[in-house]
Amino acid sequence: MNVAAITPPVRSRANIRVDLQVIADMVTSGARVLDVGCGDGALLDWLVHNKDVDGRGIEWSQAGVNACVRQGLSVIQGDAETDLHDYPSDAFDYVILSQTLQATFDPKTVLGEVVRIGRRAIVSFPNFGVWHIRLSLLTRGKMPVTDSLDSAWYETPNIHLCTIADFVELCEDLGIVIERSLVLDRWGRPRYLKATGFLANLFGEQGLFVVSKRR
Amino acid sequence: MHGAAPLRIMSNLKSALPAGMPASVTAPVAPVAPQILLPGHRLDFSASASLQLDCGVSLAPFTVAYQTYGELNADKSNAILVCHALTGDQFVAETHPVTGKPGWWEHMVGPGLTLDTDRYCVICVNVLGGCMGSTGPADINPATGEPWGLSFPVITIGDMVRAQLRVIDHLGIESLFCVIGGSMGGMQVLQWAAAYPERVFSAVPIACATRHSAQNIAFHEVGRQAIMADPEWCNGEYQRAGRKPVRGLAVARMAAHITYLSEPALHRKFGRQLQDREQVSYGFDADFQVESYLRHQGSTFVDRFDANSYLYITRAMDYFDMAAEHDGAVVNAFRGTKTRFCLVSFTSDWLFPTPESRAIVHALNAAAANVSFVEISTDKGHDAFLLDEPEFFATLSGFLNGCAEHRGLRTPL
Repeated sequence: MNVAAITPPVRSRANIRVDLQVIADMVTSGARVLDVGCGDGALLDWLVHNKDVDGRGIEWSQAGVNACVRQGLSVIQGDAETDLHDYPSDAFDYVILSQTLQATFDPKTVLGEVVRIGRRAIVSFPNFGVWHIRLSLLTRGKMPVTDSLDSAWYETPNIHLCTIADFVELCEDLGIVIERSLVLDRWGRPRYLKATGFLANLFGEQGLFVVSKRR
Repeated sequence: MHGAAPLRIMSNLKSALPAGMPASVTAPVAPVAPQILLPGHRLDFSASASLQLDCGVSLAPFTVAYQTYGELNADKSNAILVCHALTGDQFVAETHPVTGKPGWWEHMVGPGLTLDTDRYCVICVNVLGGCMGSTGPADINPATGEPWGLSFPVITIGDMVRAQLRVIDHLGIESLFCVIGGSMGGMQVLQWAAAYPERVFSAVPIACATRHSAQNIAFHEVGRQAIMADPEWCNGEYQRAGRKPVRGLAVARMAAHITYLSEPALHRKFGRQLQDREQVSYGFDADFQVESYLRHQGSTFVDRFDANSYLYITRAMDYFDMAAEHDGAVVNAFRGTKTRFCLVSFTSDWLFPTPESRAIVHALNAAAANVSFVEISTDKGHDAFLLDEPEFFATLSGFLNGCAEHRGLRTPL
């Protein structure tokens, strides 16, 4: 058999994408973590090896799942819409929903589920309220294609885009407490703005929230 | 103590062992065909060490035959138990002593392979009710001096696992690094993880389910009826009559074999191609290659398998139903488990299709268990778990390496 195929890919565990690093820094060491939509497992792998977390993942794409399991990560092929309701309440310290919420069919239910099964949820999403998207829509009258939203409207997986203001409102409706919030710039770095305010919604490329269910 | 042990070729050796101790003999074992000596190990359990079966019978004496590859490390933390499927046996990675064919998992088990025998000690036990050295219906019932035949008690997956546990206890292994198996082997893996969670560090149920579906029971029933319809079966007493229901058993194998493949794989392999002829014969010869192939599968199977064993083992699979045994929900079987699971299914497997594995994943999630799940793309059907599937090996290696890291097992040099 092909020996090369069984050698786990080597990846530097020191460097992950900036926005993922911001999320990773919010997770406490040794926590139980579920990464919903974990992709190729970069964040999960970093957390397992640098913060000693008990990490699990759900990923929709089979290629992503296989890549994760090949690295020794505990990841299942599944769907945020259908698979979250199996988990018992408070099964995890953190449920991470990184750049996933806007790609779900039913973000409201998914958000409700992540704060049920996690004591805290870390949610990030592209902010559709950022000034250049508003400007683009106003001046060109077409759906914007940007760094973080890089597909045309007819092929984008992002079917439920929202603004930071929309997200804050949904949290209020669902009785979800925003414990911490950040806005990120186009490079994924935190910006020093009050993250739920008018300016955040205007200048933030991404919103990043630590939320929990009101108990 | 061991005087009532089955009349096997090695029975004279056992009398030298202290009373109450199971006899482990690393010398040959007498199989179905008594003239062939099987390699491997056997454990004989005396009347005082009976096995309590699910059907209520207390089985004693009985024998369990097993094979090992690789060495146990000092703290016995590197043992992998391989559970074989319906018609498999303990000869996982060596030339089969009866058929002369390669081991059934030779791509998987060996030095430097996924189940690396330089690193792990791989153990495989012939299932109870089988016919490669473990006690089964073809053996002599010591109470009557005649072959058990249909008077052999009905065996369950749970009974098979209890018999395997005796071997693991005998070897002094407190916790198995991994229990792995496909198909019926996967059922045993699930049973191990449910019944003895503290003794299973990781579990890999491949292409299996928590219960046998109606369709699968139906296929098994076709096989059993084929055997029973063979006049040579003699109501199960063919050994006493000096006969052998080879036709019935071959038909059972042919029917089952179709379920292990897939339509695309059969088409790719055979299509409608004719066997050694230019045109159809307008008769019932094996005109088509696929017919010839199935007949070959059937006729070679009967050389190594006992018809009554086939009845008993298929029954064990039919009876398997984890939800029924755990208050109606599979999750109850796994609550609080610390075992690390990796489930594998294959896209073209219609005998144990992916939704069966996904249902196990859902139950494990509900128990907040540590679980990985991969579906491997292949057109080879259920049999894919026995074949050279690089993606399958790669994911399994990754899973095992991750487990070894958590277990603190040394990586090979």
